[in-house]
Amino acid sequence: MKILVAVKRVIDYNVQVRVKEDGTGVVTDNVKMSTNPPDDNAIEEAVKIKEAGKAKEVVAVTIGEDKAQETVRKALAVGADKGIHVKVDGIIEPLAVSKILQKIVENEKPDLVFMGKQAIDDDCNQTGQMLAALLNWPQATFASKIEVKDKSLEVTREVDEGLETIETNIPSIVTCDLRLNEPRYASLPNIMKAKKKPLEQINASDLGIDTKPRIEQIKVEEPPKRKAGIKVASVAELVQKLKNEAKVI
Amino acid sequence: MSALLIAEHDNKEVKPFTFNAITAASQIDQDLHVLVIGHSCESVAKSISEVPNVKKVIHVDDATYENYLPENFTSVVIKNSENYSHIVCSANTFGKNLMPRVAALLDTSQVSDIIKVISADTFLRPIYAGNAFATVKSTDVKKCITIRPTSFDPAPTSGGSAEIVKAEKEEASTFAKFIKREEVKSDRPELGTARVVISGGRGMGSGDNFKLITAIADKLNAAIGASRAAVDAGYITNDHQVGQTGKVVVPDLYIAVGISGAIQHLAGMKESKIIVAINKDGEAPIFSVADYGLEADLFEALPQFLEELNKLNTIQK
Repeated sequence: MKILVAVKRVIDYNVQVRVKEDGTGVVTDNVKMSTNPPDDNAIEEAVKIKEAGKAKEVVAVTIGEDKAQETVRKALAVGADKGIHVKVDGIIEPLAVSKILQKIVENEKPDLVFMGKQAIDDDCNQTGQMLAALLNWPQATFASKIEVKDKSLEVTREVDEGLETIETNIPSIVTCDLRLNEPRYASLPNIMKAKKKPLEQINASDLGIDTKPRIEQIKVEEPPKRKAGIKVASVAELVQKLKNEAKVI
Repeated sequence: MSALLIAEHDNKEVKPFTFNAITAASQIDQDLHVLVIGHSCESVAKSISEVPNVKKVIHVDDATYENYLPENFTSVVIKNSENYSHIVCSANTFGKNLMPRVAALLDTSQVSDIIKVISADTFLRPIYAGNAFATVKSTDVKKCITIRPTSFDPAPTSGGSAEIVKAEKEEASTFAKFIKREEVKSDRPELGTARVVISGGRGMGSGDNFKLITAIADKLNAAIGASRAAVDAGYITNDHQVGQTGKVVVPDLYIAVGISGAIQHLAGMKESKIIVAINKDGEAPIFSVADYGLEADLFEALPQFLEELNKLNTIQK
């Protein structure tokens, strides 16, 4: 079995994001970038399935500018066998991403495709579901547990009401939640070894896909600021303020 | 053209966020139709038809749709989408799972999680965990939109009498199967719609210590929330998680206990009307969004809080 994992390079989750003064986006110059957190869970799960002897190959793919290769190198350093970088500059929407991934799936013929459930930059939560639709594959989104069976997966999903369990036939798409596993760190020797693993480069334009955005970003602004609050000295004061000032209890 | 909203329900009752989505969808287009897909869910179709904002209900009923599988729902939505300019549903786990599958087949670039309707093609949505707001304009002919339910008031639930038309079922997919759903039943208000929410974080130290929070929640008729750290540590189940990848809540009162206030948690609660933070670390980022901050050991503060509440003659419910 072969598993394809899609990873995205985003602003690191610990960075306090700042909006550009001209309203065209957020500041990315000299800002720490990392792999989108749930994409790390996706890679980890694929590698664990391979280590359990249930998969033969893990391929990591990313789409973006040259620097996006860093995320593939990191995936290779934690156990992926091969990397693919689809080069494209500028904003690329989930619909275009899923069309590119569809091409990659046609070429690579994986049995499973894993990715994070949501990217923490645009917060769209679309790509896995869109790819499943384009391929006419089943989708198991927001996965917190994956059991690989002979011809299917049993997946536990985190939903608003609690947990849901579904079975999807292989081939299948899985989008991963943060509680799926604990991603490992890349050791220095493995980072060095990863440099020797194959990394294929493809230009998005060669795939014949129109990646032009369909959504115009008119402006990006700071959210309204909250009025500064106060510190109270005691629980009694807190309750009194909530009762008589804020009038919420 | 008209807008088509996909209703979320459990075959008996409409899920509350559907009413918030109806408000948003009718701001996009007043000619709002609602698609009810399910099994033996006549009562759901009838409830929706009584919402004054709704002009027509399309009801597709078959055993195939008893358990919500996006693979099966998508073909019904696509089949019924022809005459609509907008396909809309809530941006909760229901809509997040379903809508992109629909959008891809319609070759539409979806606009996710909108918090304001500016015009029929322009919307406001949070990005980067709500640290920035983007105004975006969709250029697709047919638009697929998901709505952040807590950013819109629920529509009135009575006074209307829209016609209910039946539509045909579609062929069922065979590659996905529902097995079970483990819901945590509770007599408390729902986290997403509660007037008061009290949440615990890693500072709670154990699942057992959440009883300190439960006691106050009982007193205030509050829902119980949690930070991701508390859920990861196994103190409480995932359905309580508030934050960027959990639930977004906008209660009148949000009480954060032993929560440091990571960006990802703030994304889920910083629009609350009044925020209280109780934390022994005076430098914790949660204090930057709190209206009332109390720097204290929660194990002393929570029992005192309960005691003070007990002294009050009346408490709003």
